[in-house]
Amino acid sequence: MTSVAQTPVRRRSWGDTAKAWAKIASRELSTVAITIFGLLLITFFIARVIPIDPVLAVVGDNARPETYEAARVELGLDKPLWKQFAVYTGKVFTGDLGRSVLTSNTVVDDIKRVFPATLELATLGTLIGCLLGIPLGVLAAVYQGRWPDQIARVIGLFGYSIPVFWLGLMGLLLFYAKLGWVGGPGRAGVAFQDLITPITGILVIDAAIEGDWEAFRDAWSHLILPSAVLGILSVAYISRMTRSFMITELQQQYVIAARVKGLSEFRVVWRHAMHNAFVPLVTVIAVSYMHLLEGSVLTETIFAWPGLGRYLTHSLLNADMNAVLGGTLVIGAVFIGVNLLSDILGRLVDPRTR
Amino acid sequence: MRHVAKLMVASAFSALLATTAHTTVAFAQTPKDTVVMAKQIDDIITLDPAEAFEFSGVEVVTNVYDKLMGVDLAKNNELVPEIAQSWSVTPDNLTYTFKLRPGVKFHSGNPLTAADVVYSFQRAVTLNKSPGFILAQFGFTKDNVLEKVKATDDGTLVITVSKPFAPTFFLNCLTSGVASIVDTKLVKANEKDGDWGNGWLKLNSAGSGAYKVRAYRPNEQYALDANESWYKGAPKSKRIVVRHVAEPASQRLLLEKGDIDIARNLSKDQLAAVKTNKDVEIVQGDKGYILYLGLNQKNPNFAKPEVREALKYLVDYASIERNIVEGTYKAHESFLPKGFLGAIDDKPYKYDPAKAKELLAKAGLPNGFTVTMDVRSVNPITDIAQAIQSSWAQAGIKLELIPGDGKQTLTKYRARTHDIYIGQWGPDYLDPHTNAETFAINENNGEDAKSKTLAWRNAWDIPDMTKITQANVLETDASKRAAVYGDLQREHQKVSPFVIMFQQVEVSADRKGVKGWVIGPSSDTNFYAPITKN
Amino acid sequence: MSTWTDYLLTDSPESRRQARLGQAYRKWLAFRRNPLAMVGLAIIVALLLVAAFAPVIATADPLAQNLDRRLLPPSGGNFFGTDSLGRDIFSRIVYGTRVTLVIVLLVVITVGPIGLLIGAASGYLGGWVDRLLMRITDVFLAFPRLVLALAFVAALGPGLENAVIAIAITAWPPYARVARAETLIIRQQDYIAAVRLQGASQWRIVWKHVVPMCLPSLIVRTTLDMAGIILIAAGLGFLGLGAQPPIPEWGAMISAGREQIFDQWWVATFPGLAICVVALGFNLLGDGLRDVMDAR
Repeated sequence: MTSVAQTPVRRRSWGDTAKAWAKIASRELSTVAITIFGLLLITFFIARVIPIDPVLAVVGDNARPETYEAARVELGLDKPLWKQFAVYTGKVFTGDLGRSVLTSNTVVDDIKRVFPATLELATLGTLIGCLLGIPLGVLAAVYQGRWPDQIARVIGLFGYSIPVFWLGLMGLLLFYAKLGWVGGPGRAGVAFQDLITPITGILVIDAAIEGDWEAFRDAWSHLILPSAVLGILSVAYISRMTRSFMITELQQQYVIAARVKGLSEFRVVWRHAMHNAFVPLVTVIAVSYMHLLEGSVLTETIFAWPGLGRYLTHSLLNADMNAVLGGTLVIGAVFIGVNLLSDILGRLVDPRTR
Repeated sequence: MRHVAKLMVASAFSALLATTAHTTVAFAQTPKDTVVMAKQIDDIITLDPAEAFEFSGVEVVTNVYDKLMGVDLAKNNELVPEIAQSWSVTPDNLTYTFKLRPGVKFHSGNPLTAADVVYSFQRAVTLNKSPGFILAQFGFTKDNVLEKVKATDDGTLVITVSKPFAPTFFLNCLTSGVASIVDTKLVKANEKDGDWGNGWLKLNSAGSGAYKVRAYRPNEQYALDANESWYKGAPKSKRIVVRHVAEPASQRLLLEKGDIDIARNLSKDQLAAVKTNKDVEIVQGDKGYILYLGLNQKNPNFAKPEVREALKYLVDYASIERNIVEGTYKAHESFLPKGFLGAIDDKPYKYDPAKAKELLAKAGLPNGFTVTMDVRSVNPITDIAQAIQSSWAQAGIKLELIPGDGKQTLTKYRARTHDIYIGQWGPDYLDPHTNAETFAINENNGEDAKSKTLAWRNAWDIPDMTKITQANVLETDASKRAAVYGDLQREHQKVSPFVIMFQQVEVSADRKGVKGWVIGPSSDTNFYAPITKN
Repeated sequence: MSTWTDYLLTDSPESRRQARLGQAYRKWLAFRRNPLAMVGLAIIVALLLVAAFAPVIATADPLAQNLDRRLLPPSGGNFFGTDSLGRDIFSRIVYGTRVTLVIVLLVVITVGPIGLLIGAASGYLGGWVDRLLMRITDVFLAFPRLVLALAFVAALGPGLENAVIAIAITAWPPYARVARAETLIIRQQDYIAAVRLQGASQWRIVWKHVVPMCLPSLIVRTTLDMAGIILIAAGLGFLGLGAQPPIPEWGAMISAGREQIFDQWWVATFPGLAICVVALGFNLLGDGLRDVMDAR
């Protein structure tokens, strides 16, 4: 205590740094809070003005007026809009996202169940995207302006141009119906349903943990096609960004120096240049991951994949408010997180916004 | 560098291809004593018998719970006692006495007694969820139900109804899911905040029926386990797994690959394709669902009787049936579906554009008019609507289709802001009154109406027809009752703003070797217990 | 060299107009050297021609049903076969180019100016205006685009105009961001300072000097985004919330063919290919434009 008091100068400098950090952190945090609040507000009001009667999802079309009215009151729809919103946000802060009227589960439980399925899809999709996209991008950069570059460019642009739902349909037609290489729609074959106890919620991993290789293969055969479809989308983005980062790096002094030193081309490209392009690339991969979460809406519809995208659309079209808000909140939070990450990294890397 | 880069790409590609190639799955047969179905089950919102009112939910309920009365599908849906061993009614048609079957046990092992029936009825009437009115219309309220429904001893039940209803009407209503008998002890043990166990029963079961719910995941699947000590004898198959598969095309593929035993939602083209497959058999049954157009009487054009009649001549029933819905719907032009008491098979209307034009000219609209139709974006509804659009154009009527999701079009319909609605109506229970009420009763055509029947939704004001229809539920002579319904339907065909077009045929495609699966006239009568597999 | 190329390529232009035209011509020359960009241009020109001459190119009425000729495979009479109502798929795709073009153009017309103005105002004015506008942008960016569009269409009701509005509402934030980033750079340029010293108003500076400088990157962005707009529109159509039937919208056509995919592959395949080709055209064109116009 006293020693601290004796060194006021040192103390202030420490405090300043901490304060500066605290300031940045609180600014970022308040930004996030405002964004999430805005997200909730917009979702809430869209969901409320949608000309779909939420009570219908609860009581169906043939219910008598008394039953209908009771359900309406139970949903809190008799209260004014602002009050409904206040009640909802209040609950969100305590971690209560309410109950879905369609599934009768709490939204938190529902999301716990469906989110891993989407995560599984998006993760493998991103992995495929990286596995193909990074080498493709490097190749394009090394042969900049020559035919490998052109081919990489066309492949990349194709990825931007294919409707994902159509690609999924074509994939099912070819690999499932005609060739029989992969499993059909859904997450697992009927025979394997409910066989695996969920631990992580990610079916392939759970099957591997249990050591049930039959189930693992089954889960994998269902997973690979939708993931590959999503992967093709991200190949486009990842390869193009890799290319541009690598072109920048390959023109740097240190690359020339390394070449002069007689390092092998492999080392120059993969160790040195790649090493420096890595940070921005992480951002790109994160952004692409985020886009795949979005792309999963249509992919899940095609592949009957019980994930967040399908949950969200199904809830939206049934005006299942709590489910829509909860789902949007989760995706929104991921988006905000990734945006934040890319902002921070971007600030470190790009002098234009520094 | 060249080699390295090439190598990288090559290895990445081959790694990926290797994983896919190796997973060429040898598709296993479904397990021997398990019957696997693919079905659209995303309509289920609850498995609670007091609440379930959707096709798929009711189908689960009927296989999990027992009821006092049932119907014999083999004898034209004749009423048969089930948990009630016998029944009798006083001459004034007000008091019913049921003798219960002794020795019936719930899945939990608890004995099923008359007290359980009382509790189940009390529960359904008090909760008063969507199907609650089926019981409540006999005068039960949450305050008087314990006086009206009484257990005089463990095996005897006495029920008093408020009016001398036709006994067939009351007993038919007892065959619907809402009259299921629940396990009082088990439900009470899972009650929370005075919810009558509703929260728990939404996802679980407490019945005595052929199967019990093993696992249910909304929008994904449900699995049922056989009740070996069912009073009618153990079900033929040990387990039923019903998996949600939205796409008819996918259902068919799963069936042809042997991944499933029964596909429940094949469309016309899928059916045509599997018919040539010798490993597949088709099972079908007439369902009570009626496909119709509702013409809103608030639209001044539709208020003209000639226009309503003209539109009935402007649907190409035969061509739509043959080309779009063959095997899944058949032409039907009256409000009572085939198989119901009093149903008629009259088909007064055929596609006749010349006659329609004549009628339109008489109505002062020789050049037609423009009108909108709210269409659910699912097949075959979209295709039927487009076919209608094309034939109406022949008579100069410009039909604009407004697509939407089911709940969206329905919301608009219920608010009476549509011009034309194309949709289905499914009977709530196996008595003609259910359809007669909605198509031919409109007590109050105002916005403040309490009872919002289909007639109300189309703003069709019919005080006289309402009286006739209401009186007919008290007609105890079944043949007289049927005759009145016949006359009502013929009149309805002439004047109503409903273009009734088709009745649904439920079709199911089964792997050869699946036997015993019979499709009943409603979801209440789709029984799994007799299904076998060899 | 002929005289007009001399006129365009001269190093000492005599008028502003000559300088501008010369610059444009040089860019065109650079663009022409890029074969992929030329392919893109060709596709888009072909798209415009097909849309303009649809009645001549189509072999049948795109709306004419013939239920006795449903689901016929591709043949000399029906190049791409017929759909479930017996309509000629080739003719529907030909007429579908008009639908696609209308959607894309309407969205671009709405989105470009909005994004540009918000971004430029935000970047130039800074302070609380910037913070507020960027927060709003963030909120919109935090939505999955398709889900937001879906929600808006569900709220507004289906139909082409509403689909356009919904897509526009979801599409503006990236434009605003690009415009803002550009503005931040332009703002610090000397000539802006000079204009400011001359006493020009803030709005005049934004409108007259900042906005035009942002245009090139926004044009590139727009062209590249057109493909995205086409895909979103098709996605809405696929989910049954796009154009009203029987309008031959490609996404809805794929959706209609989904049921027959395993037997009558052509119903869903050809509209999908059409989307691919057109989206690729816009992407190739945008990519080429970027190389030329947005060299930074």
